[in-house]
Amino acid sequence: MIRTTHLPLAVTVATFLLAYTLCAWQFPAMLSTRVVANLLTDNAFLGITAVGMTFVILSGGIDLSVGSVIAFTGVFLAVILRDTSIHPVVAFALVLLVTVSFGAGMGAIIHYLEMPPFIVTLAGMFLARGAAYVLSTDSVPITHEFYDTLQSLYWKAPGGGRFRLIGGIMILTFVVGAIVAHRTRLGQNIYAIGGGQATARLMGVPLARTTVSIYAISGGLAGLAGIVFSLYTSAGYSLATVGVELDAIAAVVIGGTLLTGGTGFVAGTFFGILIMGLIQTYIVFDGTLSSWWTKIVIGGLLFAFILLQKGLTWATTVRRKPAIDFAAQS
Amino acid sequence: MRQTLRSAFKRTTPQLLILAVVLLLNFLVFPDFFSIKFQHGRLFGNLIDVLNRGAPTALLCIGMTLVIATRGIDLSVGAVMAIAGAVAASLVVDGHGWGTALIGALAVGCLCGLWNGVLVAVLRIQPIVATLVLMVAGRGIAQLITEGTILTFVNPGLIQLGAGTVVGIPTPILIWLALGLAVTAVVRRTALGMLIEAIGINEGSSRLAGINSRVLLVCVYLISGFCAALAGVIVAADIKGADANNAGLWLELDAILAVVIGGNSLLGGRFSIIASLLGALIIQSVNSVILLSGMPPEFNLVIKALIIIAILVIQSPTVKHALYIIRASAQPIVPPETPKELKESTQ
Repeated sequence: MIRTTHLPLAVTVATFLLAYTLCAWQFPAMLSTRVVANLLTDNAFLGITAVGMTFVILSGGIDLSVGSVIAFTGVFLAVILRDTSIHPVVAFALVLLVTVSFGAGMGAIIHYLEMPPFIVTLAGMFLARGAAYVLSTDSVPITHEFYDTLQSLYWKAPGGGRFRLIGGIMILTFVVGAIVAHRTRLGQNIYAIGGGQATARLMGVPLARTTVSIYAISGGLAGLAGIVFSLYTSAGYSLATVGVELDAIAAVVIGGTLLTGGTGFVAGTFFGILIMGLIQTYIVFDGTLSSWWTKIVIGGLLFAFILLQKGLTWATTVRRKPAIDFAAQS
Repeated sequence: MRQTLRSAFKRTTPQLLILAVVLLLNFLVFPDFFSIKFQHGRLFGNLIDVLNRGAPTALLCIGMTLVIATRGIDLSVGAVMAIAGAVAASLVVDGHGWGTALIGALAVGCLCGLWNGVLVAVLRIQPIVATLVLMVAGRGIAQLITEGTILTFVNPGLIQLGAGTVVGIPTPILIWLALGLAVTAVVRRTALGMLIEAIGINEGSSRLAGINSRVLLVCVYLISGFCAALAGVIVAADIKGADANNAGLWLELDAILAVVIGGNSLLGGRFSIIASLLGALIIQSVNSVILLSGMPPEFNLVIKALIIIAILVIQSPTVKHALYIIRASAQPIVPPETPKELKESTQ
């Protein structure tokens, strides 16, 4: 029997497989490697962001700043490559340093000033978007031969699908993220904080270090997503990726992670991303549906998964109740 | 009555001080800031603009204050604004009167609030998740109603709500003032306000104390939906069109910010609608100071973010506690160990 903690993940995977089968049944072309490759390439930046968001949500927090950080990263890279002769690799390192410190700063404010993550990261969202505006309000194109080299890296699968570098980076991020979450002490500490902060402190979890790390990871991954996004679009634009934080949160929830924290899997988020990508691909294939159906369907899916989680928690508490009563009597 | 006024004044002192400082900044960068003229049958002036432009946020934060007081949050208000604007616009475009359009939009807003309320109170879903559903899907629904276009209209009655005046005062100002006062009166002249605070402080014990928390929670989200719909109609009437993509975009965040600047805890409990409304005015005055100072518009968001962070840091529990210790140690009567012990015992 599947453990109840694994059930949301199993349902997410099953939903994805069912949806993909239905799509493929209606449009056999959906099975081609081209569609699969594009699914990975088009959602690469969102996937990387969602890994960071999974960590934050597992700890019971939320990070609203990621969309703005992605835009800031793009503009920062574009402006630096336009105005200076710094090599892109150095620029990547610089921007990652900035975004990691930005995230760590938010984490420190959340922990030391005891302010709710929602409000702190909201201010961070304004700050990062504002910083992007200050750098440039225009869309700045990126032309550098190193960018061309990175963009031309792909593995051509049989059937014509091109698995590009950025899709690979996303998958690598998910693998590393899963290892960190489930196989390291930091991961266990994050789960512990999500399970209950007071309990975690009594268990000896270093609250300050872990909270700062969580938001630093989220900031850093948003920076990485920004680099990937700039490779994807070859430009930096301060108005880009508005609302990506919502897509990331939705992907995490559809992936079976509880927004209260403490329960969930990085792998679930991966399938959450794939489901959202699949909805968009289906709408493109269908051709008659309008783009707003994406939002409505994702909203509906969110609702369905929340209900499922609610039902599960209810079922498990009802099943456990007699045991508690028995323990209370004895 | 005088007692209530005095306690209300004491409660809102920090907000009043911050507002005074921001208004003073406005005056420093633009000396004509406080001048109000009466021209073409209406009042003109920057102060009036602050009150008028702040109307949507002010309306939203009336409902948001109540929701946050119950330890909830309503992320869907921006999307509800878009839906309400779309409904009002499509009703007038179909040839209905402005009254029908307004009632229709408000009814749809209440329906959205009811949906949120049922998810939170009956299905017991966390508020942030429950309202996220409508936040994501709401704009899609609004686009479905407008069929993806910006629906424009010329109905004078509806436009009057957003851009018109009553005895020289812009209508939106009167609407948010009236609604703010009405809701304050209802929750403070009756026990409703106290019951809402009880739910926010501890829902379980409030239910044991005989409060029908389920019905109250649904009502609170219903009011939030109603306020959002009213704000949506005003915004649509102001631009004479319903823009499903941009109407009320990110306004939920401004509203939450206004409530927090108003000194209300996101963890529920004691609330003050007047302080939240002052918070909304502070946000709008900050916007105005940035505009009037003639700084490049690129700096708007950065400055706004920095000011907000400063206000939040001043209000954060840690800083408050530090201030308390400083004040306590400054007074020779209180031994300095007391606050330290207090800190340890609360941790």
